Amino acid sequence: MAGIVSYGSYIPYRRLKRAAIAAVLGVPATRGERAVASFDEDSVSMAVEALRDALKTAPGAEVRSLTFGTTTAPYLEKLNAAIVGAAAQLPAEIRAIDSTGSIRAGLSAMLQAAESAAAGGGHAAVALADCRLGAPEGKLEQSGGDGAAAFIFGRDNAIAEIEASASLTREYLDSWRTPGERFAHSWEERFALTQAYGPFFRKIIKEVLEKAKVAPGELAKIVLDAPNQRAAEEALRELKFDPARVADSLALTVGQTGAAHAALMLTAVLPSAKPGDRILVATVGDGADAMVLKVAPANANFRPVRSVGRMVESKGDVTYANYLKWREILPTEPPRRPDPDRPAAPPMMRAEKWKFGLIGSKCRACGTAQLPPQRVCVKCRAFDKMDPYPFADRHGRIATYAIDRLAYSLNPPTINAVVDYEGGGRFLCEMTDCEPDKVAIGDEVEMTFRRLFTADGVHNYFWKARPRR
Amino acid sequence: MASKGIKDRVAIVGMGCTKFGEHWDKGAEDLLVEAAYEAYNSAGIAPDDVDAYWLGTMGSGVSGLTLSEPLKIQYKPVTRVENMCATGSESLRQACYAVASGAFDIAMAIGVEKLKDSGFSGLVMSNPPNDGTPACMTPPALFSLLAPAYFKKYGLDPEKGKDVLTRIAWKNHRNGARNPKAQFQKEVPMEAIRNSPKIADPLGIMDCSGVSDGSAAAIVVRAEDAHKYCKNPIYIKALSFVAGPAEGPLSPEYDFTTFPEVVASARDAYAQAGVTNPREQISLAEVHDCFTPTELVLYEDLGFSKRGGAWQDVMEGFFDLEGKLPVNPDGGLKSFGHPIGASGLRMMYEMWLQMRGEAGPRQLKNPRMGLTHNLGGQPGRCVSFVSVVGNQVG
Repeated sequence: MAGIVSYGSYIPYRRLKRAAIAAVLGVPATRGERAVASFDEDSVSMAVEALRDALKTAPGAEVRSLTFGTTTAPYLEKLNAAIVGAAAQLPAEIRAIDSTGSIRAGLSAMLQAAESAAAGGGHAAVALADCRLGAPEGKLEQSGGDGAAAFIFGRDNAIAEIEASASLTREYLDSWRTPGERFAHSWEERFALTQAYGPFFRKIIKEVLEKAKVAPGELAKIVLDAPNQRAAEEALRELKFDPARVADSLALTVGQTGAAHAALMLTAVLPSAKPGDRILVATVGDGADAMVLKVAPANANFRPVRSVGRMVESKGDVTYANYLKWREILPTEPPRRPDPDRPAAPPMMRAEKWKFGLIGSKCRACGTAQLPPQRVCVKCRAFDKMDPYPFADRHGRIATYAIDRLAYSLNPPTINAVVDYEGGGRFLCEMTDCEPDKVAIGDEVEMTFRRLFTADGVHNYFWKARPRR
Repeated sequence: MASKGIKDRVAIVGMGCTKFGEHWDKGAEDLLVEAAYEAYNSAGIAPDDVDAYWLGTMGSGVSGLTLSEPLKIQYKPVTRVENMCATGSESLRQACYAVASGAFDIAMAIGVEKLKDSGFSGLVMSNPPNDGTPACMTPPALFSLLAPAYFKKYGLDPEKGKDVLTRIAWKNHRNGARNPKAQFQKEVPMEAIRNSPKIADPLGIMDCSGVSDGSAAAIVVRAEDAHKYCKNPIYIKALSFVAGPAEGPLSPEYDFTTFPEVVASARDAYAQAGVTNPREQISLAEVHDCFTPTELVLYEDLGFSKRGGAWQDVMEGFFDLEGKLPVNPDGGLKSFGHPIGASGLRMMYEMWLQMRGEAGPRQLKNPRMGLTHNLGGQPGRCVSFVSVVGNQVG
């Protein structure tokens, strides 16, 4: 069996306090806060964040396949994984799949990828992200969260091996959403709790532990994820797991991040896992998936680019009113400005490396880095002496900036910055995840892949700068 | 290397300019007809006397038909030109060169823009189909990039910087209050400017030029023929136009406290006109005050102030109507708004009035040499036009 050779995770910067929802709607507040994808983020852009990190800590990986797992794919028709792959600069010669339909799509995709890697299919990448949207006053609005996790599976140099896995698929009606609907319907909670989640957890956990020949008491960590927090808690109680070994559900800080959640919880426990530790991961949804991981010695030397803990701490609030606008639940008066034009297909394809990968150019004659890529050097005017030069991982400093209160935005004012990169190159771009009164000349920024806007049903993805997180 | 120029070879012998403002009752064709006939009458010529036309408009029409149709021009060359916000100046430059070449005896440069029919606030530009990566910034935001960079470089705290910008807007409105053709003909108190709602920090709405409709036109002939049409023509001393390599957004060497394109076009224009000390030699200037920081930086780029010294000149009233070098005595874009194709010719119209002693309550004493400056684009990525005109040959 193959194992995890690298991973990354992502929690968006914005948080919505559950009490803030309750205060507006007059519904009972639950504790804590949920992570909220910013107005310029979606499942694809968050998956890119996590996958870029996972690839940075797997420098030798030869990725042959990519699976994007989500219940909130930005496109119903058009391969979302292709966008994720282009932004993460994966080679074109890969198999790419969107895995969707259930919050279980994440763990299912991981097991599929692990098996493909085990079968000699090269490294397999999985990028999972979700942007959980619940109707106002409903439970999911408060309990859901937005976030992403990504894994690279391979046969060698694993930091955690998959010892056993088990899957179960059952047809029953719990949570469903048809094309064109924004919010999922769900059946009476008692039905799923008693007839689905509970029995499924019991069955799948028993099966996977038997396959792995591991007794429940031998588990160092238990990662149980369910669409309903109560389902996970009841299962844990019933199976008499030591609460000290149960992984944080992130319910108070992030919320349940759909198809990404079991994976996100796993990335939170891996950094402290010791070689030889066994970790149980299980999730329910239209059945159940489970796996038992054995932590390998290589884990001791593995450091994720950004830990879940660090991203839980790196945050800024969003008001409930802005959240409603960002998700376009609350319609607003349109600006007296023309709608943005949809980006055009031929120029986007010509500029794929630039638009999705933020690949600029560097002059062979004088060594000047520049973006967007140029034919004639801005410095020495050498013609067609350019090599591709990536900027996505470069840090920069703000040379000057503008706070645009006229431009239409779901989060006005729009902040634009002139960014000068370490190692050369300058770019004028939008800033995100920052406050207008905190921007200053000289501030350090990093690049982030975002959805700038959607026009005529075309999502316009490109890069922005944000304060270093 | 620099252009050879056509100093004193071409003269303007007639001009027309509509009132600028919200002309809900007039289309671009009405504005063109009004400006053209005022120019014909000003030069004392009939429409058929004009041999060729250059029409500047950015978005109020395409092709020469935009002009020939409403004016019923009888099978003559009409060239539509566009060079962003410098479009009006570009039409004049083309007409002057055509006359200087000897190809035509009489040419008209005319510019128009009908902005108020769009239903949008601010200027609206449409781009060719693209990959969705160009920054979608509004003009005030693009020009606001100058403010923090200039303040930081010259050690102005934001409050002091805001005072300087406020005084530029205040001066231009004060001048516009003396101009019956301006869109806004009222002085505006400094406090109202300073506290106006923010558009692109630190710029408030009163740091921005308005949105208006308008048209202006000039009749151009060879200098030796000028006195056939009028007693006091104005002579073209220099016309310079440059398009930059757009280095600003690409190169960290650009620091957002200057327009290199303006520096280049000013240098070229001064060489053509024989100007060696613009601060002393230029009697008045009309400059592209699209936003207050633009005008601040232009003082330095045009050589009116030393580097880092413009803000002091502003505070000392150097550019006021009563100052040593009045800038935007007609009220500028600030009081006129910016109907794009018309603005460059509207600037020239003030030269025409001032040089001929027809500027009424804002008449300057004995101006001899004037400058117009028009730019299009954004800091670090723009086109720039500079002209020098005078009321005497030599």
